[in-house]
Order: sequence, then C-alpha cells, then structure tokens
Amino acid sequence: MTDVRHIVFQHRRSADQDRASPAHHPVVIVGAGPVGLVAALDLASKGRRSIVLDRKRHLADGSRAICWAKRSLEIMDRLGMGQALVDLGITWKTGKVFFDTRQVYEFDLLPEEGHRRPAFINLQQYYFEHFCIEAARKTGLIDMRWLEEVTGIEQAADGAVLDIATPDGAYRITADWVIAADGARSTLRRQLGLGFEGRVFQDQFLICDIKMPMQRPAERWFWFDPPFNRGQSALLHRQAHDVWRLDFQVGNEADRAEEIKPENAARRVRAMLGEDIQFTFEWISLYRFQSRRLEKFRHGRVIFAGDAAHQMSPFGARGGNSGVQDADNLAWKLDLVLRGLAPERLLDSYERERMQAADENLAITTRSTDFISPKGTISRTFRDSVLALAATEPFARRLVNSGRLSVATCYTGSALNGPDEFAQGECPAVRPGAAALDASLENRWLLDHLDGGFQAILFSRDGLVPPALRQAEASLAGYDRRAKFAIVSRETACARYGAERDPALYLFRPDQHVAARWRGYVPGSIEAALRRATARI
Amino acid sequence: MHLKREPNVGDFDALYAAVIEAHSDLSESESAALNARLVLLLANHIGNEAVLREAIQIARQSIEAK
Repeated sequence: MTDVRHIVFQHRRSADQDRASPAHHPVVIVGAGPVGLVAALDLASKGRRSIVLDRKRHLADGSRAICWAKRSLEIMDRLGMGQALVDLGITWKTGKVFFDTRQVYEFDLLPEEGHRRPAFINLQQYYFEHFCIEAARKTGLIDMRWLEEVTGIEQAADGAVLDIATPDGAYRITADWVIAADGARSTLRRQLGLGFEGRVFQDQFLICDIKMPMQRPAERWFWFDPPFNRGQSALLHRQAHDVWRLDFQVGNEADRAEEIKPENAARRVRAMLGEDIQFTFEWISLYRFQSRRLEKFRHGRVIFAGDAAHQMSPFGARGGNSGVQDADNLAWKLDLVLRGLAPERLLDSYERERMQAADENLAITTRSTDFISPKGTISRTFRDSVLALAATEPFARRLVNSGRLSVATCYTGSALNGPDEFAQGECPAVRPGAAALDASLENRWLLDHLDGGFQAILFSRDGLVPPALRQAEASLAGYDRRAKFAIVSRETACARYGAERDPALYLFRPDQHVAARWRGYVPGSIEAALRRATARI
Repeated sequence: MHLKREPNVGDFDALYAAVIEAHSDLSESESAALNARLVLLLANHIGNEAVLREAIQIARQSIEAK
C-alpha cells in the first residue's frame, strides 16, 4: 500500500454550485473522520445517499485513534469492512505494566472462544479512514466534498440551510438533517453557539509515531514512573507497517515548542527504546486532555456525534470507538425517520443513549487519568502503593488503571427497550439495551444474522418453533426487506443467550443491540416491541 | 451488612501496638505508604463497598468534627 498519508484530495466543483436556488439533500455530514465516514457508510448500507463535507484535503495526520475495539470491528463487519481492518491491523492481546524498572502486571485480553473478532486491533486512524473512503466510493451513494467548509448555518423546523465555502467560490445547500462529526474543534458547535464545558487536564502528553523495523512482540507496554521518564508515564503500542506509537507524559510545565522539536523527541525515544535504534518520525504532537461533552447532542436538525459531542482522555481508546458507536446508533434511526417509519422523536433516543455512553466513558477515562497522573501527594502515595502491591497481590492488579479498554455501552433504561422476561440477574450480558454477543454457528457467526435490520432470533436447543412465531416474520419485514427470523440451536450460542434448557426469543435492533427478550411467545409481542424500539409508543 | 462499630477484636492493646510497631523506623512518607497499603489490603479483604463507604464517612466526620 502506498503511504496514504500523502494522498491529496482535490476539490471538485459540484453541480450544486451552479444552481440558482440551493440544492436539497436529505443528509449532510460535516466531517470526514471515522465518525462521519461510518455514519455515511451505514446510511449507504440502507440505500441512503449523503453528502460528506470536510475542510481538509488529507487523511488524519497521525495515528490518533489507533485502537479499534471488538465492538467497532463488529460494526465494521456489518458494513463489510471488518476483515480488511483486521488484516492490516495488529492484533494484540497482551498488555504489560511496568513500575520503575520492574514488570508488576501482565494482562491477557484473550477472548472466550466463539467470537469472530479480537478484543482490539491497532491500526492508524489514517488507514481506517482510507478504507472507509475506498468503500464509500464503491457505494456510489456518498458524495465526498473535500476542501469545503461550513461558514454559516440556519435552522428551520424542517431542515437546515448551510453556507459552504470552497476554493472555487461559495454556495448554499439545504438539508433535512445535518450530522455534525467535525471533531473536537467542531465548527458547527461554534456556529450554533453551544457551550462545551468540562475539565481540562493540566498534564501534557507527547505523542510520537515512529517508523522502526524492529521485531518486538505486538504487546501494549505501559510504564509508571520509568527511569527514562521519571515521575511520569509512558506507553508503547505497535501499529501496522512497522510504525510504533509512543506516548510520553511530560508534565504541566513542559515547553510545547521545545518538546515537539524532533531532536528533543528523539532523545526521549532513545531513552525508552535504546541509544542504538534506527527510526524515523512520522508524527509528533503534544496535547492536553479534555473531558467534556455537549449538554445536548441534538439541536433541532443538527445532530452531534464523536469528538464534536464529547471529548475524553485517550486512556482506554474510548474516543474513536465511542464515536463509531455514535454513528452506529444514529444511522438506522435517521434512516427510519427519513422513510417515515418512525417519528422524529426516535432521534431523541440517540441523544439519550449516546449521552449515557458518553457519561460512562467520561467517568471511566477520568478515573484512568487520575490514576496515571495523580493529583497531589496522597493520590500518588495510593497509586504507587497499588503498583507496589501488584507485583505480588492479585487483587491489586485489578486496581492498576492504565486505561479501561473500550467496550460497548449497555443502554440500560432506554425508552426503546422492550420486555425482559428473564429472571432478575439472569444472563445480564445480553439484557435489553446490551450489544449482542457473538457466537460461532455452523458456517458463520451469530452477528452475521444481524445485518442491519430488525431481527428476531429464537435460541432453542431442540430447534422447534411455535407456529404463531412464524407470523411475526411479516411484521419484521415491514421495517427492512432483509429483516427476518432465525433459529439458532448451537450449544455455545444458546448458552450465551441463556437458552441451554428453555428456549429464549430475542429481538435485536438494527445496531445489534438487544431490544427485548422473552421466554415464550405470545402473538403480538414482537410487534409491540418493534413499536417501542422505533419510538411509536 | 453494616460496619461493625462495637468491639470486635480480642486483644486491642496488642493490635494497637502492632500497628504502631509497623511504622517504626519509617520516614513520614514511608509511613503514609504503609498506611495506604494497609487500607488497600484491608479494603479488599472486607470486600463490601457499603461497609467501606460507611468507614470512610465515619473517619472523615471524625476529622471534620475536630
């Protein structure tokens, strides 16, 4: 593969620029980062067109969101891109934690059997974006407009008017819906005058991508207070094509201009990896973490997603992954609203569910940051005590917090959740609101069944189907031509869904989250759960 | 379960002495580190969040009441 970081996208004058009155588009996405691109691809998977605007002309300038979690890979599988990401990415499962000069802890993300995807892969953000752009081209439904920037937005009850600047003059379009995926420094957020309050961490981190053909294992190494970065932390991650990601905590007082000078960064790299290593820099960046979110994600016809809606410290890889899940949550809802199959208030559930996820991720990443860079003497004393005990005490290893790695949020309490006929505490991993768990079937994966529509699955060891259940299939088909009803009788899958003995019926949403589950089938119950999951009750 | 607030140990004087003895020859920062390790070890042993929160609250109140 050529170095995709050097690709320069050209501005192409669109026919919209030559129209007397503004052209109208159902969906305009602002921002061609992972979140905007996944939203566009998900909409395209449902046959829906979109315009994607970006003021840049390049892919991400550095590795940025390097860790893609299992849930994101499953979403990308649904969009047909999971395998390409896994093939290029680095699959890792071992993490090592060092304190001073000693290894105090090693964890293994080795997943239980019967999941198609690993817990994580490392892949530079620019490759992720490149795959998405290639896939977008193939859909024929996504109109990429590079070097175009939104300079003004006006909203009415039924849509928005966008003023757009291009190298080839300004123009105006109207949209039913605007997805604001324009990143941490969101232009749309500023144009709508929205506050983005929260906490700024004073600590600064130097982030480097280096190219280094070195045979080291694909492991995540995290150092607390190492000799080469005394009093601070450091992180090493392997990425695709011999690129390594290094993070150095450099403290509150570090001088930005000095730190990002290659000769100074190189000194840090050599101190970490050895004086004699050969490497070149691909990217050097210095930043402070923010922890904040918008008070509301939906503002009329503008819906915020990803970093534009919430920003968090990077420990745990929850920025990129939660942004991809935002897109996953939004696309099917927007599609149903545009098709008139669900009322507009279905989109309020996007806000409710993804704000819940953002709050969960913000709380978890803030705890990680406080562990990694303790504030005050006593915090450091406790932190160092945990690390010291971890060398010999198993319980203390659980307290070591170098980032709690991203997992899907369960939409507990969502208004879209239907009945849960399981006993309290029974099989909680797949309760309504939770993302589906994968399982291996005869020749495919369970998640292959959940390919973008509503889906009912009867988990039943004996494979017998109540005749009345067959009739529910027609109701499902009303939402999606692909929607269907399936029977799964394989043992591990049944065990994972609490159907080892008694059959269990599940309804899954288009984003693969559980909508409802039953022990028996009463005619009409699937239909009622479908109404609830589409905000029609 | 609630935090036990009535006497719950056989030989209190020996227990107290053992805690003080553990700190002998330690600097102030080492003592703080020892206390932190003890809190963590005992908290895990107790293993009940409600009980721990109760203990935290009582300890905190006793300082603020000074």
